[in-house]
Amino acid sequence: MKKVEAIIRKSKFDEVKKALHEIEVNFFSYWDVTGVGNEKQGHVYRGISYSTTDIQRRYLSIVVSDEFLEKTVNALLESAMTGNVGDGKIFVSEITEAYRIRTKESGHAGIN
Amino acid sequence: MEAGLFTANNVWMMVCTALVFFMHLGFSFLEIGLTRQKNTVNILFKNVFIICVGLLLYYIGGFNLMYPGFEEGATGFFKFAGFGIAAPENGMTPEYADGGYTWWTDFLFQGMFAATAATIVSGAVAERIKLGGFMIFTIIYVGLVYPIVGSWQWGGGFLSSLSYGEAEGFYDFAGSTLVHSVGGWAALIAIYLLGARIGKFGEDGKARAIPGHNLPLAAAGVLILWLGWFGFNGGSVLSANPAGTSLVLVTTCLAAAAGGVAAFLTSTVLYKNYDLTMFLNGILGGLVGITAGADQMSPNEAVVIGLIAGVIIVLGVALIDKLKLDDPVGAVAVHLICGIWGTLAVGIFGALAGFDQFLVQLAGVGAAAVFCSITAFVILFIIKKVAGLRVSEKEELEGLDIHEHGMDAYADFRMDQQ
Repeated sequence: MKKVEAIIRKSKFDEVKKALHEIEVNFFSYWDVTGVGNEKQGHVYRGISYSTTDIQRRYLSIVVSDEFLEKTVNALLESAMTGNVGDGKIFVSEITEAYRIRTKESGHAGIN
Repeated sequence: MEAGLFTANNVWMMVCTALVFFMHLGFSFLEIGLTRQKNTVNILFKNVFIICVGLLLYYIGGFNLMYPGFEEGATGFFKFAGFGIAAPENGMTPEYADGGYTWWTDFLFQGMFAATAATIVSGAVAERIKLGGFMIFTIIYVGLVYPIVGSWQWGGGFLSSLSYGEAEGFYDFAGSTLVHSVGGWAALIAIYLLGARIGKFGEDGKARAIPGHNLPLAAAGVLILWLGWFGFNGGSVLSANPAGTSLVLVTTCLAAAAGGVAAFLTSTVLYKNYDLTMFLNGILGGLVGITAGADQMSPNEAVVIGLIAGVIIVLGVALIDKLKLDDPVGAVAVHLICGIWGTLAVGIFGALAGFDQFLVQLAGVGAAAVFCSITAFVILFIIKKVAGLRVSEKEELEGLDIHEHGMDAYADFRMDQQ
């Protein structure tokens, strides 16, 4: 099993969700995060201009079986891209075990 | 006078009293909206304290200090008619105030105004003043300074009879000077003595933005204040006189609208963005600007006064930053600078306009300036030396809510510190 973590633009979230559904990845968690990156965002407040590298993004955490890994990553790469600086990143890591609390199933049955 | 008319007048004055009370919610919302969430409980505490204690102080002595009954034609500076309130014999009859209201209504309407002066200061000193020091300052300023200045004009003191040439007395319809500048001078002195919030000015000395945490609340606050001004100015007619009240509401609303539009256009031209907070401050600037002469102006003049006030707001906010002063909500620009503008505008526009009137208005502005800034300085300086005005650096960085109150404004809500 693998964990795929993706930091994406909030504006791309609906497209990403749809792309994941299409490859039958129907279970994942997400939350909003603030990060620091290469992109700068201009602001003006009461006549004072400033820019910040603190950027709002959405963080997805998806746990998939090994055979789902490639299409999950591809779906994210396709659906989250705009081509501009700040599209985000994807991290893949190993997951040792997964359990479904209700049925006490583990392994592949635990995540699907 | 018919009993029915007396009743109608009194009902209008009580409705206006309620509207002025409502302004305290507007001030609270605006102040919360334009500051950071870590200080929200502190700001609410100050604002609730101000209305409660302000009203009690006005009952204990403020009303009798502000309306002491100076001798006819006397140049009164100070007189005190005694502690507590008790209606005079004719206080519930049309004889008391030309049938405009009863003595009880008089007390409560004026009492709702009294606390406003401290509310203005509260916004300017937000996010760094010690609660204890602020409360002591409020008690002295609202209990003594505000009613004394008010007595000079509304209580029949020396400003009301200050004649020069063709001008027959200083004119301040609903308090551009007597309410707004009185608060504004104290706000200016207080932010000078307090110093700027940590992070307001960078190492290069340039002003930095400390964005407010809730602009929806700030917008609600300003729209509530605008509604409250229907009572603030509308009630200052002192009866439900149909011609008087309707004209005042028209000039008040036109000035507010013009102030907002002028501020938003000025800030858009200068800073190339549509700044909601400047728009909101502009509305307040227009309202403060029309307050001194709301019953003297034609609609056209009200619009001009509002437009100028709106421009003043944007330049005033920039000026305060230039002077290395830190006023999170723009209180000095709104209440002091536009208060002065509105007072002087009575000598430039409207039924009383004339050079002599202008000079008398200037004298009134000067009298308030000297008395308010000196008293505010003395009170705040003594508090600073004895107890300290400002919270510790740790407390300021972590928030006044948790250190002064041990509370979070949004305890069960996602926190985003800073």
